[in-house]
Amino acid sequence: MASIQGTILDFRRLEELAGGDTALHRLDARAKVLSTLAYLLAVVSFDRYALTALFPFFLYPVAILSLGGLPAGYFARKVALILPFALAVGMLNPLFDREVMVRLGPIGVTGGWISCGSIVVRAALTVSAALVLVGVTGFPEICRALERLGAPQAFTVQLLFLYRYIFVLTEVGGRSSRARELRSFGGKGLGIRSYGSLVGHLLLRTWMRAERIHMAMRARGFTGEFHTTAQSRFGIRELLFLLCWSTLFAVLRLRNVPQFLGALVTGPPG
Amino acid sequence: MSHHLVEVRNLRHVYPDGTVALRDVSFRITHGESVAIIGANGAGKSTLLMHLNGYLSPTGGEVRVGDLPFTKRTLPDIRRTVGMVFQDPDDQLFMPTVFEDVAFGPLNLGLSAVEVGERVREALERVGAPHLRERPPYRLSGGEKKRVAIATVLSMAPDILVMDEPTNGLDPLARRRLIELLKEFRHTKIFTSHDLDMVLELCERTIVLHEGEVRADGPTREIFRNDGLLVECSLEKPLSMQGCPVCGDKRGKR
Repeated sequence: MASIQGTILDFRRLEELAGGDTALHRLDARAKVLSTLAYLLAVVSFDRYALTALFPFFLYPVAILSLGGLPAGYFARKVALILPFALAVGMLNPLFDREVMVRLGPIGVTGGWISCGSIVVRAALTVSAALVLVGVTGFPEICRALERLGAPQAFTVQLLFLYRYIFVLTEVGGRSSRARELRSFGGKGLGIRSYGSLVGHLLLRTWMRAERIHMAMRARGFTGEFHTTAQSRFGIRELLFLLCWSTLFAVLRLRNVPQFLGALVTGPPG
Repeated sequence: MSHHLVEVRNLRHVYPDGTVALRDVSFRITHGESVAIIGANGAGKSTLLMHLNGYLSPTGGEVRVGDLPFTKRTLPDIRRTVGMVFQDPDDQLFMPTVFEDVAFGPLNLGLSAVEVGERVREALERVGAPHLRERPPYRLSGGEKKRVAIATVLSMAPDILVMDEPTNGLDPLARRRLIELLKEFRHTKIFTSHDLDMVLELCERTIVLHEGEVRADGPTREIFRNDGLLVECSLEKPLSMQGCPVCGDKRGKR
């Protein structure tokens, strides 16, 4: 649990970065959310064996990182944290899909390896795009942008609350876990059983807190609708940002640019 | 029409599991009074507070705020009139930034953006926290959270302030500052607290709850001088009314 607390602290750093003041930060959140959506759509819509065509897409997160003045090492570490999970998803592909698709000299690369690599690269792309989006926008702003784009309020409000209380919840969970550890003297304590009741208590306490929050909201006149004072607007800069990036994504999606460049150098295949 | 009046008549509350939290509670608090509601754990304080802004509905009896009885139609008005500050500021501060949290109430009242901005500025200035405006609530210290929580209520311009354990969990300096701040408020004030020294400083009147009933209701100093009553209700004389254990000064009968 201590490491979870550490991760959450790290999360706060992301929020701090979002408080930056670059041209990119000042852009209306909707433009950033929409171009990230276009990006995600382009990346996930590729054929399962697409690999080389994906690489140019690293351009987007890298560009946002540098334009937004974000620390690249920090984000690289965050993305690296996710990759083992992606690898676990694609791990079985080489076993099932043994058809050789590409020959690199004497080594035949099977379709399974390619699709596995494709999954890992896509994970890296999508996760880094999402992270840099939070890094230049901030989570609450993203939720508000989603709402202004027409997402149901119930959904965006849930997200906002999740974000607000994840800090409180991890603190509470961290304390309970520490209390358990201190009384189990390096051993397993009561093992899995104690975790069961620990999680149960956490759930009950969360429930009670939710009730208190609801009470606090009602006490201040909440009737089910969140009012906001929306300030930023979708101007010409936002439009340009969105158009440029989506055009680029469309081009990268429809033309395999690395292959095209390769062909320019080595002449047409065949 | 005076909004500053709180009247509770033969209030009774039984929770769905059969626990009788309030047996028969009656009192009347008038304009500008500062009243403490004290009692041991489980005496019914929190339940009583939840009745004061209509979050619970009585099993029996009646609560009136100003000239309004509690009905579905008057509830919004009552909730604007009675500003409720919760014990744990983390329950009260749920928006992404301090500004939005303080603006939450006024926005719900349907005020214009300009008015809301003005209300927020005033409320934050009142509690000495204008510099915290853009900060996320989880980044604040305990004392700052408490001040902002009070601001979230002040921004609705309530006539009555109800606070549950205001000094709970504050360090001595933050507690002192909060007490000084509360002294300046001209609202009708109702506190629950175990911090009896604070009660002695802030409230001229005290209501003692014991097992869901009003056991005593009167001037604070008189109540704290009544040793028998305090023992019976699991309470203890405020430190400032006890003899000094270091210099041996027996001020017990201050």
